Amino acid sequence: MQALKYARAASVDEAVQMLRDGGPTAKVLAGGTDIIVLARERRRKVELFVDIKHIPETTGISYDSSNGLTIGAATPLYQIYGNSDVVRHYSALAQASHVIGGTAIQGRASLGGNLANSGPAGDSIPAQMALNGTALIAGPNGRREVPIVDFCTGPGQNVLGADEFIVSLHFPHPAAHSGSAWERFIPRNEMDIAVCNSATYLVLNGDVVTEARIALGAVGPKVFMVPTDALVGKPLTDETIAAAGEAAKATATPIDDMRGSVKQRKHLSDVLTQRTIRAAAERARG
Amino acid sequence: MVATDKPTYKVVGTRPIRPDGTDKVTGRAEYGVDTRLEGMLYGAILRSPHAHARIKRLDTSKAEALPGVFAVATNADFPRVESGTMSIGEGTANPVWLVDNLLAGEKVLYHGHAIAAVAAIDQHTAEDACALIEVEYEVLPAVVDVREAMLDTAPILHDDLRTTVRARGVEPSANRPTNIALHLRLEKGDLEKGFAEADVVIEREFETAMFHQGYIEPQNGTAWWDRDGNITIWTSVQGTFNTRDQVAAVLKVDPSRIKVMPMEIGGGFGGKNPIYLEPVAAILSRKSKRPVKMWMPRDAVFLATGPTSATYCRIKIGAKRDGTFVAGHAYLAYEAGAYPGSPVGAGAQCAFAPYNIANQTVDGFDVVVNGPKTAAYRAPGAPASEYAVEATINELAEMLQIEPMDLRLKNASREGTLNSVGAPWPTIGAEAVMQAVKNHPHYNSELQGEDTGRGVALGFWFNGGMESSGTASVQADGRVSLILGTMDIGGSRASMAMMLAEDLGLTMDDINPHVVDTDNVGYNATTGGSRVTFQGGWVTRDLADQIKAQMSARAAAIWDVPADQVKYEDGAFVGPKERFSFKEMAGKLPGTGGLITVSATSKRNTQGPAFAGHIVDLKVDRETGKVQILRYTAIQDVGTAIHPSYVEGQIQGGAVQGIGMALNEEYVYDDQGHLRNASFLDYRMPVANDLPMIDVQMVEVPNPGHPFGVRGVGEVPIVPPQAAIRNALHDAIGINFYRTPVSPRVILDELLPKD
Repeated sequence: MQALKYARAASVDEAVQMLRDGGPTAKVLAGGTDIIVLARERRRKVELFVDIKHIPETTGISYDSSNGLTIGAATPLYQIYGNSDVVRHYSALAQASHVIGGTAIQGRASLGGNLANSGPAGDSIPAQMALNGTALIAGPNGRREVPIVDFCTGPGQNVLGADEFIVSLHFPHPAAHSGSAWERFIPRNEMDIAVCNSATYLVLNGDVVTEARIALGAVGPKVFMVPTDALVGKPLTDETIAAAGEAAKATATPIDDMRGSVKQRKHLSDVLTQRTIRAAAERARG
Repeated sequence: MVATDKPTYKVVGTRPIRPDGTDKVTGRAEYGVDTRLEGMLYGAILRSPHAHARIKRLDTSKAEALPGVFAVATNADFPRVESGTMSIGEGTANPVWLVDNLLAGEKVLYHGHAIAAVAAIDQHTAEDACALIEVEYEVLPAVVDVREAMLDTAPILHDDLRTTVRARGVEPSANRPTNIALHLRLEKGDLEKGFAEADVVIEREFETAMFHQGYIEPQNGTAWWDRDGNITIWTSVQGTFNTRDQVAAVLKVDPSRIKVMPMEIGGGFGGKNPIYLEPVAAILSRKSKRPVKMWMPRDAVFLATGPTSATYCRIKIGAKRDGTFVAGHAYLAYEAGAYPGSPVGAGAQCAFAPYNIANQTVDGFDVVVNGPKTAAYRAPGAPASEYAVEATINELAEMLQIEPMDLRLKNASREGTLNSVGAPWPTIGAEAVMQAVKNHPHYNSELQGEDTGRGVALGFWFNGGMESSGTASVQADGRVSLILGTMDIGGSRASMAMMLAEDLGLTMDDINPHVVDTDNVGYNATTGGSRVTFQGGWVTRDLADQIKAQMSARAAAIWDVPADQVKYEDGAFVGPKERFSFKEMAGKLPGTGGLITVSATSKRNTQGPAFAGHIVDLKVDRETGKVQILRYTAIQDVGTAIHPSYVEGQIQGGAVQGIGMALNEEYVYDDQGHLRNASFLDYRMPVANDLPMIDVQMVEVPNPGHPFGVRGVGEVPIVPPQAAIRNALHDAIGINFYRTPVSPRVILDELLPKD
């Protein structure tokens, strides 16, 4: 690590100003569970940390049945999976938040941080995408909203411009008779990085799937949405679920590395997609 | 617990709270990196990005010029040492290689090889300075696989290395460079004749990956080279004297001029016997005239400290139709890392140890590759060779249609059976352990569910003896200070205090154990080889005998009776008419010639061999290849358990490390020899919820060569898990695996249709 400066922003505008003044080596600090490690290992040059987790807008959770769910970007994960509205209506998000790192990490780490890192295997990102989330971004040119499906642009890359950061994440209220689920495959049972992760949101009308959103991670340069033609408008059967799994497998473009092989990841794309569809459908049926 | 003829003890066998416990759980205990000295500097190390390269130019001038930098050290700062062999705890090394490993000389031999070190006013500046050191490399081809390294065409690590041959009838190889440092052979009986007599012959090949000990506390060392030429070192290592002697050898300083302070140690498992930072910190201290503290970041621990050997093992066993083993051959090739010295010798002696095989040959090869120098790791060398044998035996049992434990029992080593080096076994628990496995409720329970399987495997380890010393002082208040020099890794303060208390008829609370520095206690070899409680028990027995004799003499003088009329019974000195409790007698010492201090040294080699048998149930998820351990039972001959909780802890810890090797742990190198997974994220040790409770059954076959029957318990439990799990996988999904770890990816590869 290098010696560096730390500044605590009291407002969104102040954080933007601090980032501007600090230049390219000024970095946003929320939980710090990734950026501090990167700085310590000198994989990122950081001269100033701008701490955003003391800004009211960036922390906390608000929910109501008409407006949906808004989560401050720096809200620690334990508050998310510990929130009964999140658990009840946004199961996939609650599940994903619950497994990132371990208990200690979950006291600091945030959804905003996970998204801003834009890792292809980022565990909360498939859930954020399947639940049709939007990121509220602040920067020198004011504020803008970006659908989370459009947020990541490649491994570690995203739409954030210079001196921009995520303020909060918004998720619409789920439809009636809907359910969501999230799952990942890791060689161990926790404290691990996904070989593949998947989230599904779907709406049922009787046995027929009227809407589906399926996202897959760790099997491409970024988390992506899986085509759902095989599922939408059709009854939920072993065949249609298998077809959705096939579609996931066909869409996945994984690489071979020490964490997983192409063959393994393609196969897991299918398996996890089918598993999250089944779990989401079970919840949709209530 | 299966008790045999065991004496009744008052303290031994109970479970008191450890004397060092409170400080450790409250964070007050001082580990190596807690060292803070006036004027102390911080050190950092520049490491090689290449696995094999010639250093063409090394320029440290810009680093030296950086404000805040006090000293820079390179290989040139070490004195010239002579080639030879010296002990490094649980193994030996050549001082020339030790120096070359501390800071590279002409070549770097592995990714992460240390090249230069900087001492600066703070850690950041030291790291900044490292980045300013200029190194020009001539990158050379690297070899990271043991069998490739043995080929004539392999890149050569050391131009001056020739094969040492310790095998009867094998001609020394031609006088040309090689990566094979040693070919050893153990022989017993007539191998050819044995195989000719066999009805069935099985031959299988196995590979094991390189595994790291994975201790939580990284290596560290703080050194102060004072103006009088004496060196003080604060470090957390397994052996303070062992570190002292190695530092002395590489710095060419008399050992008695070096004092090593024993900081608490956060795990070692054999890996904290070698030296890495201490002499470098000492050189930086000499140059800067300040104390210098160094520690390794985690990636450096993986890159540059000794893991255990990756291996290739080929096992051939011949048996009669009734299951009698008549011949066995083991071919064992062990990676040593960058410098010779793999534990292949121990692996060779362990391979067939649990079994009586009249005709056997073991060929072992010690091979250098472009990886970190291997170090001892819990039963060094044994897990690989015994995994290969236990897996082969399982397949042989299937071929012969004999129940696997019956086959093992039929061939069990017993007292008097000749071992692999032709010596008769003393009293051993091999058969008792096998019988305990067979009788265990776990082994006889019904396995439930789809894709579940059960496996068993045996394990053997010698246990070590080596040297221990201690001093005891009787205080006037009746407590006894016990001064030790063996680092307490697994609860040895408690076990020593318990043994001394037992002999003195006192409680553990009456004994006040301390681990002190190398200037303040007699010589103690390293904490390793499962030897500390064994040898320590001899020392405390001697101390107790001396204390009792001297205090009896004082009591006799007070009572004016001949000394032989005073007996020591139940914690009291008993004369013809009167009795003094230990405490009363202690209170009389100042007035009868002064308090009593006694010392003792023991270097006995009557340690008892240890055997273990493990039973595992697991379930395979056919969709993902993931393995869940459902139930695990570890059965072990422990001799006598001094503190049963710590014995159980050792057995559980060893089993868990073996489970990690079996399923997910592994060094991953790319084809240029770069380590790809130098982190706990990607070097996948098991986490708590990967494991069921490891059930322990202690079989107590007391060691006749020890006052309390101690055998040593810490190492053998790491031996059986790899084969037990591999055998269980076969039971679950019908596939035999021939390489560990068997990760989900490997299992899925077998289960999915071939491309």
